Amino acid sequence: MSLDLVETVLAWMIGGLLALSALLVLIRITIGPSVLDRVVGSDTLVSIVICSLGAQAALTDGSTTLPLLISLSLVGFMGSVAVARFVAKDRDPEVPK
Amino acid sequence: MSWTTVADLLGLVFLLMGAMLCLVAGIGLLRFPDLLTRMHAGTKPQVLGVLLVILGVGLRTRSGLDVGMLVLIGVFQLLTIPAGAHMVGRAGFRTGQVELADIHLGSRGRRLQPGAAPPGPSPAAGGQSGTGMPDRPQG
Repeated sequence: MSLDLVETVLAWMIGGLLALSALLVLIRITIGPSVLDRVVGSDTLVSIVICSLGAQAALTDGSTTLPLLISLSLVGFMGSVAVARFVAKDRDPEVPK
Repeated sequence: MSWTTVADLLGLVFLLMGAMLCLVAGIGLLRFPDLLTRMHAGTKPQVLGVLLVILGVGLRTRSGLDVGMLVLIGVFQLLTIPAGAHMVGRAGFRTGQVELADIHLGSRGRRLQPGAAPPGPSPAAGGQSGTGMPDRPQG
């Protein structure tokens, strides 16, 4: 088993796992019964995007996305803080908890 | 095998572990029943997953500038995640989306009720009641 084959298999596994987790988080953002569940989901989605861009930078040996990662990790929490500050009592009425 | 090959493979293994943590977070966000447990699941890739991923990136691209930027990413993640999680948890508690029977409040259980005003001076009439949060004494 050569080294290139190992790298290819590991790269496909990393990409598949990240895509699957992003899909699950998107389902939670869609069906989440309250706004705060959707905020938690979007926060997690931002961190999954950070992981994906880091994996892309590592697998292609390109460091052009690293400043983008810095800005994402700096301002990625602003949206959740703003929504959490002004959230009201609401919940999707037809969905049981 | 030279040490560069070992570092490349080790970086790939760390990336795979970070991706597995992301998958764990996705499953937890779908399966867990409550806001606090979903926050518990969703914070896994934000801390340990991102740290593992930047460790993997640093092991594969071994230049000084990249390693400095990766250290900055880790420091910023560790600074901003507790702030965001604290704000979300506090908003969930104040708007009554956290079941009080599920958590152990200790001696604060009688004083803190979700959606009620905290002890202290009574809130003025009006205020910003539209936000769903109790008015706090300023300062």
